[in-house]
Amino acid sequence: MLRILHGTNYDFIRLWKIAIAATMAFLLMGAAAFIVRPGINESIEFTGGTMLQAEFLRNPPPRIDEIRAALTEGLGHEPGLAEFGSGGREFTIRAQETAQVTAQEAGAENVANQIRRVLTQRFGEGSFVVKSAHAIGPKVGGELRRGAIIAVLISFCITLVYLAWRFEWRFGAAAVIATAHDIIATIAFIKLLNLELSLTVIAGLLTVLGYSLNDTIIIFDRVRENLRKKRKETLYVTLNRSINETLPRSILTHATTLAATLALLIFGPEVIQPFAAVMTFGIFTGTLSSIYIAGPTLLWIERRWPREVGDRGGVAPRSHRDPGHGGPAVAATPKPVRPTR
Amino acid sequence: MSNLRNRLLFIVVLVAASIWALYPRKVVERREGADGVVSYQTVRRFPLKKGLDLAGGMYISLEVDDTKQAVANKSEALDRALTVLRERIDEFGVVEPNVQKVGDDRIIIELPGVQDEERALSIVQQQAFLEFKITDESDALARALPRLDRIIRDKGLAPAGRGATPGDTGRKVADPLSSLFAGDSARQDSAGSDSTTTDTTSADSLFGGATRDGPLSSLLNAGSIPGEYLVALTDFPAVDSYLSVPDVRAAIPPGRELLWGNDTIPLGQVGYRALYMVNSRAILLGDKLEDASPQQSQMEGTVVSFTLSNEGGRRFRTETQRNIGKYMAIILDKTVMGRPPVIQSAIGTQGQITMGGRRFQDATDLALVLKAGALPVPLKVSEIRTVGASLGQDSIDKGIRAGLIAVGLVILIMVVYYRFSGMLAIAGLVFFVLYTLAVLAGFDAVVTLPGLAGFVLSIGIAVDANVLIFERIREELDHGKTVRTAIDEGFKHAMSAIVDSNVSTALTAVVLYQYGSGPVRGFAVTLLAGIAASMLTSIFVVKTFYLMWLQRSRGAQALSI
Repeated sequence: MLRILHGTNYDFIRLWKIAIAATMAFLLMGAAAFIVRPGINESIEFTGGTMLQAEFLRNPPPRIDEIRAALTEGLGHEPGLAEFGSGGREFTIRAQETAQVTAQEAGAENVANQIRRVLTQRFGEGSFVVKSAHAIGPKVGGELRRGAIIAVLISFCITLVYLAWRFEWRFGAAAVIATAHDIIATIAFIKLLNLELSLTVIAGLLTVLGYSLNDTIIIFDRVRENLRKKRKETLYVTLNRSINETLPRSILTHATTLAATLALLIFGPEVIQPFAAVMTFGIFTGTLSSIYIAGPTLLWIERRWPREVGDRGGVAPRSHRDPGHGGPAVAATPKPVRPTR
Repeated sequence: MSNLRNRLLFIVVLVAASIWALYPRKVVERREGADGVVSYQTVRRFPLKKGLDLAGGMYISLEVDDTKQAVANKSEALDRALTVLRERIDEFGVVEPNVQKVGDDRIIIELPGVQDEERALSIVQQQAFLEFKITDESDALARALPRLDRIIRDKGLAPAGRGATPGDTGRKVADPLSSLFAGDSARQDSAGSDSTTTDTTSADSLFGGATRDGPLSSLLNAGSIPGEYLVALTDFPAVDSYLSVPDVRAAIPPGRELLWGNDTIPLGQVGYRALYMVNSRAILLGDKLEDASPQQSQMEGTVVSFTLSNEGGRRFRTETQRNIGKYMAIILDKTVMGRPPVIQSAIGTQGQITMGGRRFQDATDLALVLKAGALPVPLKVSEIRTVGASLGQDSIDKGIRAGLIAVGLVILIMVVYYRFSGMLAIAGLVFFVLYTLAVLAGFDAVVTLPGLAGFVLSIGIAVDANVLIFERIREELDHGKTVRTAIDEGFKHAMSAIVDSNVSTALTAVVLYQYGSGPVRGFAVTLLAGIAASMLTSIFVVKTFYLMWLQRSRGAQALSI
């Protein structure tokens, strides 16, 4: 039987201060990035605008500054231009400045056609093929943004309710706070890498949300079970025990999921790579937050709003197994959270 | 062991159902060749459709364009527009198009395989409001011109020096024009089978000397038929913008309209656009049209012949009878099609629209748009996305490669770590893939790129469930339980974690589906199908494998896990 990290007894929670300091540092880096350059790089799906992906067939393909010059002259404004993939043949052309977007109010197809015409004029008929074109009016973008925010908030609410029902509200709140941390950390990650916030990246973000929640739930499920066993130990110890007991599962699941997302990141089509990058980061932050955000938060909530007196809840004397490090330790209640389930 | 038999039976039934759901079936496809000939073919096709991002094609999202006129009930207007669009697109000959209303204010159209953006857009967006009107014979424009010139000048719209253009520039052009049109008389016979043209009206100047200097009048040249004026292409933007000024439009004589012709008329070096003044009252509307078909003829180039309903034909006959000798403009979406032909005698149910030197495809498209009827409201494009077929194929190749590598790595990790049990999990994974695809096919889902990502992710979820169970069995074995009890207990105890984590992920997926759009929805659907299939395989199918193994090796003392 091949075993990894079996029967461990690490005191994970003891490191909570370091972990929180690390994650705060990361979040502050993200915040600093926002201060240096406000706003996030949004795709045309959110800003409205036009994006074309064109492949030049002629040999040698035109240089990027030639294309830029031609388009700036033909359109009257400078479009965003970037090489796509390798080989110097494929370019993405974006027109998503406010002025260009308002020009689209009359109908989203105009700018794309204009770009096509300018390119044909400058480089000749048949010198390029448009591999994909995407134009979005300004209204749609706003609706999508609203939709995405509503989706996140609603899934928070539903999670809270579901966990409150299956566990109890303390667990639900801790899980939601941990998940909120993941969303914020992932946004910081997106900002730091200057990834473009597109619908696919939003999908990735929400998957991270689900994934991190998964992780938290697996640990909490074990906590719930250990609480039922009525051991005379603090919640602090129970939490550590549960994390240790689920450790092999965490390692193995993360290894397999990471294998999948890394395969997508390295070998997948370009379009899906931002999604895979967000997912890869999310697996790390999701694991981390399940242990270091969800755990301490649960302990903190327990101390703040202890379970009913009479079941030895509250800041009861610490058991001898508590190392007494000054963390947010709380005596566990021996009474099951949900007596029959 | 009847329990085991029932389990196996259930699995076999599910597999059979899945294979049935995925079995390639015969579909009749309507195809339109490049020549416009429609053919029907029976093909066998795997029931999972590829989305636009993989198959290549076009996605158009339309909303009501209320910039020009207010639309009272958008939702209801869109419902009517939907019917018209469906009909047009069916005629267009796209394999498996999708036309649907989203929410109350949007129609989305998906056209797999279509790359020609302009053509698709013209078919979708053309309002196809057909009218027949008599051109103005009373020189109403010439009389109104001084007033129009004055308004334009007062508003300061005319560029400096425009008014000083020598008055005879127009006259110079008029001469070659008149001679050319005289020779062109055959083309004017376009309104009906029983009309011939005798018109050779010369393009005498209709303007008095004074008015020739106005900013508008200096750009207009008299055409060869009553109510026709010619504008050089270089002047077209200026004239068009003058005519779009509300005050100018208001000053146009009551009961008359100014409309552009659709064709450019090349005369020597200069191209001209025709401008027509017509009577506002339509003698007939396009809703009386019953059939339309494109035709190519030596004499008239490309034409669209149409047939009117009996009622429309009667009305048309009376009206044309009354207007013999006059010219009839055929107006589509506020644009005069071809040159207005003269009405020779009463016209009945048959007529035709001259397309001039346009391509045959244009005539085909016009015919199908006319047949499907007019759009009740103008629509504007709020989103359009075109994906080339090569890009789609590239994405599929890379997606499949990434998927295979991911699956390979997962198999490797599972088998190395869990040995025999790992292999059971992999066998379960085969069922998982089968069930997931079947569920997707059952729901008529479309495979998109984010969908593939969701699929890869749900493989992760499926494996996670197995890992949870296996770790649990190991713990039970550690506690000294027998193999059989350990397996039973392992499944039992892992259940709550699996259910809770899967249900919460599923809830997120449902929210994504509800509030997401397009690609995000595809992701959510695959994720949901994957979660359902993974619960089934990890909890039920893999457990059955274990039961089979237990039965074969009765009293096994050790489990390879």
